Amino acid sequence: MGARAGCHLHVDPGRVSAPRPVTDVDLAETSLRDLNRMLHQARQGSFRVLNPRGAHAVACGIDTDITVEVRGSVGYYCAGMHQKGSVHVDGNASTGLAENIMSGTVRITGSATMSAGATGHGGLVVIEGNAGARCGISMKGVDIVVGGNVGHMSAFMAQAGNLVVLGDAGADLGDSIYEANLYVRGEVASLGADAIRKDMRPEHVRTLSGLLDSAGMDADPGDFKRYGTARSLYNFHIDDIDAEVAGRAG
Amino acid sequence: MSGTGDSWRLRESYTFDRHVIAEIHRAANTGVYRIRGWGAKRKLPTLDDLVFLGASMSRYPLEGYRESCGTDLVIGEERAARPLRIDIPITIAGMSFGSLSSHAKEALGRGASAAGTSTTSGDGGMLPEEREHSSKLVYQYLPSRYGQNPDDLRRGDAIEVVVGQGAKPGGGGILLGQKVSERVAGMRTLPAGIDQRSACRHPDWTGPDDLQIKIHELREIVDWQVPIFVKIGAARPFYDTALAVKAGADAVVVDGLQGGTAATQDVFIEHVGIPTIAAIPEATRALQDLDVHRRSVKLIASGGMRSGADVAKALALGADAVSIGTAALIALGDNDPAYDDEYRELGSAAGFWDDLQDGTDPAGIATQDPRLTSRLDPVIGGRRLANYLKVLTMEAQTIARACGKSHVANLEPEDLAALTVEAAAMAQVPVAGTDWIPGDRRRG
Repeated sequence: MGARAGCHLHVDPGRVSAPRPVTDVDLAETSLRDLNRMLHQARQGSFRVLNPRGAHAVACGIDTDITVEVRGSVGYYCAGMHQKGSVHVDGNASTGLAENIMSGTVRITGSATMSAGATGHGGLVVIEGNAGARCGISMKGVDIVVGGNVGHMSAFMAQAGNLVVLGDAGADLGDSIYEANLYVRGEVASLGADAIRKDMRPEHVRTLSGLLDSAGMDADPGDFKRYGTARSLYNFHIDDIDAEVAGRAG
Repeated sequence: MSGTGDSWRLRESYTFDRHVIAEIHRAANTGVYRIRGWGAKRKLPTLDDLVFLGASMSRYPLEGYRESCGTDLVIGEERAARPLRIDIPITIAGMSFGSLSSHAKEALGRGASAAGTSTTSGDGGMLPEEREHSSKLVYQYLPSRYGQNPDDLRRGDAIEVVVGQGAKPGGGGILLGQKVSERVAGMRTLPAGIDQRSACRHPDWTGPDDLQIKIHELREIVDWQVPIFVKIGAARPFYDTALAVKAGADAVVVDGLQGGTAATQDVFIEHVGIPTIAAIPEATRALQDLDVHRRSVKLIASGGMRSGADVAKALALGADAVSIGTAALIALGDNDPAYDDEYRELGSAAGFWDDLQDGTDPAGIATQDPRLTSRLDPVIGGRRLANYLKVLTMEAQTIARACGKSHVANLEPEDLAALTVEAAAMAQVPVAGTDWIPGDRRRG
């Protein structure tokens, strides 16, 4: 299947762990089906995916506490519906990175195109570079930290969770947003319908600080502005002229 | 002239009839469009405009009560490790917990299971009660992704990627605040009590090429275990079906204009999409062009199915199965005359009530009010649905046998004639008593 055990040194700040075995899977030799089957069947361990060459659906549907490192750029839906463990991509990602992530961590060193972290229910997505349009669309509890900029319509219909942007945000940020929090350090091209700037209270600074720490991003929470919902679209506004007129008559 | 009372001098405008006047008054009073449930209510070309040409001298019928007439169907055998096998060609359409009560969802599961067929989740995710009582459950993958998670994806017996539905092709769902209870809100990660409007397009794919990759991802996540459906609202069924096949669907669900909903703008329900009778032949033509019809890709037709005759006609036009929603709710007790007084208190009447969006359903089906939901016994409801499905199946078999078919899937357009020119044109079968098919595609 093209998989082979190797040895990879994991370095944590302040201490050096013992070498842990890493299983290499070369997508130049192994089919995507075999890779994902292996990852789904593994209960633990570390895997290194070589030569992804833009393949779609790499490491999607992981449901155990495994660690996957992808050496190179990936296509659509990398780490889609991620449930547990971590996926680290040393490269860029195309549409739908970590879409519908439930928990765990997905991190890429490069940039992501459309819909990164879309509909995510939980977990942490870290994009060290930029994210394209619709980053965090319909997010439902996921935390997303973007080192660079995000494209237009990011956090569209965002329901819950936090989107942190160290750079700028494109047009219509947070359009039709529900209860998610958006933290942007740079400029916001424009806010979408029902999105407004909100106060940064101490609890928000704490949350943001924690997210920056978790993402390994060096930034001062005091430099960010917070955006969220005005809640003006939550219910239809229904007039009742007949009742008003009847009331006057009565 | 004598003998004519005042009422004889009253002439109602065809253009501005009483319904139109009432709607203008309502709009002027409230400033919001009308939202309601059910499907299109106006007169449309339907499957009633077709008749079967039973066997006689030139065709040999099967004995109605003794000779077997198969009804089973397998979906996804080419790609899925666990294809969906159903005993009858009638499935239960996706309807959400939220729009329906938990008792109603359980009853649908019980009834479908007893009849050997599948039921379908809906917007808002998979309800545990529904999974528990459904031997075969199709898990919908919707634009909103409310409650979507990989565990439920793997628990499904098939996955249905919903692109659209007949009541609102191009539109998203609505669930008004009265029905967004704490439980419903929790499953959807939304504040309770809001008027929830679902997305109308998927958040992470934008066209058929993307959908192909999305379907591949879903197959990878579930390790290629179950089939994948694509559901479309009937608007351009020929092209949409072809694109769904190209994207890798194992089944295409085509939902016609008469398809129901729990809540959508009335203007959408009545004016967007094409009737079911027009949609099925077009979807069939696409499958035939791609040489997958009655083979690797199955066609499920829905939108206003009521009787075994409708089932048989849909199959004769090329569907492999039908799906029912509104009719299933009626089987559970929707619009029951026993609740007529309560329907009238709501400003409607049994037989007319369509305000499923309000959460006040006296029958306890389309509500989250515990006082009302307790009225529907899911065991009894399940039995009622199973009986109804049994009748639909027997009726379809009766017609198939009369046409000389040993399996309902053997019904074909040649078994049909049309009663109107428009039905003949839409269904592409001859006007009764002639060999004339308006716009006959076979003749170019």
